[in-house]
Amino acid sequence: MEGAALLGRLTWQLADVVHLVPETAGVKTLALDVPEWPGHRAGQHVDIRLTAEDGYHAERSYSIASAPNGARVELTVERLDDGEVSPYLTDELHPGDQLELRGPVGGYFVWEAAVGGPVLLVGGGSGVVPLMAMIRERAAVGSDVDMRLLLSSRTWDDVIYRDELERLAGSGLTVTHTLTRSRPEGWSGYARRVDAEMLTEVGPAAGDRPHVYVCGPTPFVEAVATALVSLGHEAAHIKTERFGPTGG
Amino acid sequence: MSFVSRGFRGRRKSDADPARVPPGQYVTTDYPVLSAGPTPHTDLEQWSFSISGEVNKTRSWTWDEFRALPSEEVTVDIHCVTKWSKLDTAWRGVSIDTLLDGIETSAEYSTQFSDGGYTTNVPVADLTGGKAWVVYEYDGEPLEPEHGGPARMLVPHLYFWKSAKWIRGLRLQLDDEPGFWETNGYNNYGDPWKEQRYWGD
Repeated sequence: MEGAALLGRLTWQLADVVHLVPETAGVKTLALDVPEWPGHRAGQHVDIRLTAEDGYHAERSYSIASAPNGARVELTVERLDDGEVSPYLTDELHPGDQLELRGPVGGYFVWEAAVGGPVLLVGGGSGVVPLMAMIRERAAVGSDVDMRLLLSSRTWDDVIYRDELERLAGSGLTVTHTLTRSRPEGWSGYARRVDAEMLTEVGPAAGDRPHVYVCGPTPFVEAVATALVSLGHEAAHIKTERFGPTGG
Repeated sequence: MSFVSRGFRGRRKSDADPARVPPGQYVTTDYPVLSAGPTPHTDLEQWSFSISGEVNKTRSWTWDEFRALPSEEVTVDIHCVTKWSKLDTAWRGVSIDTLLDGIETSAEYSTQFSDGGYTTNVPVADLTGGKAWVVYEYDGEPLEPEHGGPARMLVPHLYFWKSAKWIRGLRLQLDDEPGFWETNGYNNYGDPWKEQRYWGD
């Protein structure tokens, strides 16, 4: 049964914060060492639990950004100004701190080489995080499946993992950006919200029956998934992960 | 000695009564969306709701017939496994007690099934006795498709994935059969007050 590795109880465990890497303004990657980490599949998430001195808890879920790699787990977190947990993770936490988590969670929004291709990944903003885990997994196992990322960001400076995506592109991985708010001078790429025409140009065509993963804010996911269905993609092949503005 | 997150004080974002907020949840006034695939859009002409499986006779209602059934207004708190809770949500719909009236069954389990292929399993005892409804209005308005319209299940005492969106029927069963999320790592029962989020909780 899919997800059988999760059959045991998911217990809370303490991770060591190894380092924090700024990705863009307001977005940081947390590299954690989790001694008892059971391994994960690309696309899964973890639950983080913060505890105040008076015993008050706050819990949130965060997608795993890294491909499976021993005890090392990387999360990429977008700071939400009115959030309760994300500002602590991006502003307060530093190397040497500990963080309580449990996981991995989720057996549906996952890709691994055995799933095969072609694969279409459509991300909005920090919705790229679980998709990046899939791209990294593809690279880590030396897969050559046709994988295409269409990433919508507000500006060029808001593109998370920009340099690494550029390095990984090629040999079957294509990366297409669209910038919805402003563009650098001389920008010749897409400059609008993702729509059916853009999805057609990026491909693969519905007839090639790609595995499609869409992650981003709810209105983004609604629009993209609806456009994909209108292009003839089977609903059962479109996996979505949505997060709202109250994601924490 | 339990763990304390250095420098974390917590910013409770609402003055909601803590007794109404299950462990690990936070109160939101937004209405976040969680679903695994595209939002289905079903023509009301094609819509029906059925009760099938371990019953003396399958029952089925068209949209008009369903809307003609006695309805109730319910105001309840809802709790999503992704950590948000929303208090005092107001719905209108038909009680499962009303739908099961006149149906003979020895089933102890049920599977809700939906447009788009989603399923979720709930014991029959958790649907009867004024504990569950099939609702079609939210806050006095027709239920939006992204929130499960035209009609969704409402089982507010369990995590909200146990309340299927786009519901089309209820299959009554002698045996328990885990549904979509239940086979993908999520708890088979889903009591928010016991924080039964995942397998083994």
